[in-house]
Amino acid sequence: MKILVCISQAPDTTSRIAFTDGDKSFDSSGVQYIVNPYDEWYALVRAIELKEKHGGSVTTLTVGGAECDPIIRKALAIGADDAIRINANPEDSMQVARLISDHASSESFDVILCGKETIDHNGSVVPAMVAEMLDLPFVALATHLEVEGSVAKMNREVGGGEESIEVSMPFVVSAAKGMAEQRIPNMRGIMSARSKPLNVLEASAAASTAVSKFTLPPEKGACKMIDADRPEELIRLLREEAKAI
Amino acid sequence: MSVLAIISTKNGAPTKSGLEAASYAADCAAAKGISSVALVAGEMIGDGGIGATGINKVLHCSEAYTDSGQWAKLAAAAAEQEGATAVVASHDHFGRAVAPRVAVRLQAGLVAGVTELPSNGTVRKNVFSGKAMADVAVNTSVSVYTVTPNAFGIKSTEAEAPVESFAAEVGGVREKVTGFDSASADGQVPLPEAELVVSAGRGLKGPDNWGIVEDLAHALGATTACSRPVSDIGWRPHHEHVGQTGITIRPNLYIAAGISGAIQHLAGVNQSKTIVVINTDPEAPFFKAADYGIVGDAFEVLPKLTAAANALNN
Repeated sequence: MKILVCISQAPDTTSRIAFTDGDKSFDSSGVQYIVNPYDEWYALVRAIELKEKHGGSVTTLTVGGAECDPIIRKALAIGADDAIRINANPEDSMQVARLISDHASSESFDVILCGKETIDHNGSVVPAMVAEMLDLPFVALATHLEVEGSVAKMNREVGGGEESIEVSMPFVVSAAKGMAEQRIPNMRGIMSARSKPLNVLEASAAASTAVSKFTLPPEKGACKMIDADRPEELIRLLREEAKAI
Repeated sequence: MSVLAIISTKNGAPTKSGLEAASYAADCAAAKGISSVALVAGEMIGDGGIGATGINKVLHCSEAYTDSGQWAKLAAAAAEQEGATAVVASHDHFGRAVAPRVAVRLQAGLVAGVTELPSNGTVRKNVFSGKAMADVAVNTSVSVYTVTPNAFGIKSTEAEAPVESFAAEVGGVREKVTGFDSASADGQVPLPEAELVVSAGRGLKGPDNWGIVEDLAHALGATTACSRPVSDIGWRPHHEHVGQTGITIRPNLYIAAGISGAIQHLAGVNQSKTIVVINTDPEAPFFKAADYGIVGDAFEVLPKLTAAANALNN
């Protein structure tokens, strides 16, 4: 089984969020980048588990500049076999999806696994775009994935429950919580990651949207403290002041 | 020219987030002085209440599609027929699967998770897990928007919309649904759609103590949720986990008991309109993000809150 896992870098959750360039760009100075958690914990780890069970290979694909190489090496340390980096500045979902699908169309992957969204742009739309561009079936927000022969059985989150769903390979899936457990790379993985192939390809595609301005939300007012012996006061405030109930 | 809302149904009626998308599309169209159309696939009675959101016309396809590729072909055909300059869907499991496919088919720029109507050529969405907003411009002639659940209220007028049947060639089923397991058997509103949420963390000390959380949720008509450690150790099911790696919610009211408020948890709930924090530790970081706080033991405070909420209900 030949598996492609799309991974992207994202600012560490504790990063200070600030903007530069007239509030048009994210200020990355001093920001620590990590593998986007949904891509790492769920998509990549499940891909490695499937390879361990059924054989095959796990390739990661990242759209970005050389600054992404540390997170790609981490994915290789966790257990991916090789990595592709498409050397282009990610601008919007349509452009990134086009770059991924253009590359994937020249290979024959059985499974394309993605995290459900990145924690910076929170778009959650690249996986389905890739599926449409490649004319493949797609399952969003999958919490469980098993493969039997050429058929994959999955569960996915839908409002108020989980659906079970079957698709034939090849297909695209976006992974949500439940799919796998986080794996910490061991020393052997970290050592071997240095010699695994990381191939850099040049490609370009057009973006169809652009951020014209970032804004920080207004500061939250002070928290109103209520005496623990008078919870009925909280209920009153929630009804009359916050109009929440 | 028109704005097209694409809407999924559940149990023979449009979903709540689908009606939010319809309201958004109707307002969008009204602002541009063009007509608004909604496309629904699946069983539905009359106009399904969609006309009440201000939508001018409903296209109804009697076939219930669960395959995202089929749905997208149907939606793209409707967009072409109606000359849609914008297509609107909910940013839930439905919109995340179908809207991107529609955007590819229509060669349209997509802005995912919008929270406000477009204005001055841009549309606003949340980014960085709710820690910032971005105004995004679309540079294609057609735009696709997915609307963040609970961000845009459902409009409710007396109007009814005319219903036309609609069908298109959509090819075969490749995504076969084989079963459904209801996560909220007790009739709770699904967490992503819930307006009221009561959540608890490790401060509850064990899964057997969740009765006091459920009692308060029941008294308020709220949905229950939990923090990551609690779902990781199996006290509560995964689908209840709100936070960075679980699900992101935006209810009107979020009550958190025994949750310290790690930054990863805040990322999933910081868009809630009102946040209440109950914690024994007055230094818990969550108080900084809260609107109301009680320093106290959840085991004492929650039952008192339940009693006060019940007193209000009676």
